[in-house]
Amino acid sequence: MIVNKDTIAQLANEGKRLDGRSLTDYRQPIKIETNISWTAEGSTKVQIGNTVVMAGVKLSIEKPYNDTSDEGGIMINAELLPLSSPEYEPGPPQMKAIELARVTDRGIREAKAIDLKKLCIEAGEKAWFVIIDLVTINDEGNLFDAASLAALAALKSAKFPVVNADGSIDYKKKTDKSLPLVKEPLAVTIYKINGHLFVDPTVEEEKSHEARLTVASDEKGTISALQKGGEEPLTIEDISKICDLALEKAKFLRTELNKALK
Amino acid sequence: MSNLIVKERDIVIPGDILAEGMDYLPGDNTYREGDKIFSKILGLTGVAGRVIRITPLSGPYVPKVGDKIIGKVTDMTMTSFRVDTGTAYSAMLNIRDATTRFVRSDEDMSRILNIGEYIVVKITKVTSQNLIDLSMKEPGLHKVIGGRIIKINSQKVPRVIGKQGSMINLIKNKTGCNITVGQNGFVWIKGTPENELLVTKAIKLIEEKSHQEGLTEKVDAFLGDIKAPEGSVVTEE
Repeated sequence: MIVNKDTIAQLANEGKRLDGRSLTDYRQPIKIETNISWTAEGSTKVQIGNTVVMAGVKLSIEKPYNDTSDEGGIMINAELLPLSSPEYEPGPPQMKAIELARVTDRGIREAKAIDLKKLCIEAGEKAWFVIIDLVTINDEGNLFDAASLAALAALKSAKFPVVNADGSIDYKKKTDKSLPLVKEPLAVTIYKINGHLFVDPTVEEEKSHEARLTVASDEKGTISALQKGGEEPLTIEDISKICDLALEKAKFLRTELNKALK
Repeated sequence: MSNLIVKERDIVIPGDILAEGMDYLPGDNTYREGDKIFSKILGLTGVAGRVIRITPLSGPYVPKVGDKIIGKVTDMTMTSFRVDTGTAYSAMLNIRDATTRFVRSDEDMSRILNIGEYIVVKITKVTSQNLIDLSMKEPGLHKVIGGRIIKINSQKVPRVIGKQGSMINLIKNKTGCNITVGQNGFVWIKGTPENELLVTKAIKLIEEKSHQEGLTEKVDAFLGDIKAPEGSVVTEE
């Protein structure tokens, strides 16, 4: 794999990037397609530049956990398909896939985006469980933002399936009822390269980063989750700058999402 | 009675019948079975007299003696460097082929080349096991400093260079960038950041439209009226 590490660092000093964008620009086009799969209750395909991520939402009725007997639950799983990058191999999920799933999960879970109490059908016995599956179709960098955008768009477009009188679920028919989504968290990952802050990195930029911080925030700008990565530390100033930038970029992604879902 | 089934510059896939009868001869990337000639690969057909050959559209790079390639130093041994050439085969660069000057026996090898650095090298030997020997001793072979490296399909390299280097010289003269094309598909571009980006896009355009005709004119039109920056010196192929 080629890394133009020195050139990326050098250009950053002039505020330039290898592909001609400014440091805080997203790649174009940003495309969000919903209802791409009829077998899932909600599904999306999100494209940022050449990065493509698909998300699917499945709903099932399970027994609630013992400590939260009046609540449903959410589960997020991510898979890095070998077709999306020469570096991914088939097999059990590797560190990167687990991190991707957990960062996306934490943004949604900690924002309390879904009213889990409303998912409960019968306390201690039956509740809806939301399962989100993320698959990467092409990795050209910035999977975190694409995955978070895909997960949120899939949640917004999901509809409950019909429940038969005997309690079984008819997945072939959908009701008009949407998920009880009270907040809309979106994650934006900011990378620090040679002391400069980058938005929406390519694979080469991801490989030359010193540190990164994922900031998940809802539509009011409340931060729900953070995830730090990379080998170098971040100063307090860095973090406040990153948060400001991330909130601004989350607003941008949100307008793109609303445009697409209209 | 022989007949040709494909036309000139048809796209064929492995197993396609190209011709029937013994009047035609199988050329590169084709084979004869019975009295039929089949394609071995995905590519464009070319008919020259009685010989049918196929120009590949994709496929891995197969090392050949005399090829100039761009590789990355991945390891050092007692007397040589191991180089990643982007192929399935590993390449070795002996220390005496890495520099023209005298190397003392106790010298630190990382003063000559270091792990992670990119180099422009020539293939001097390929064994039957596809182990590659490299040399950096000829003019035009050097360490890669600055600029950017992009990867293209190695089968498109001839189109990027063009006839007698016509394509690459056009891009070089218009943008003032120095471009080194390795036969293994790595391209090193060095110039101003804006022009480097333009060259990257032009090369991607060639890669995408490599099977079309009149490509040099298309690239010329794509680059438009841009001027090379003052004082830029490019070396012709």
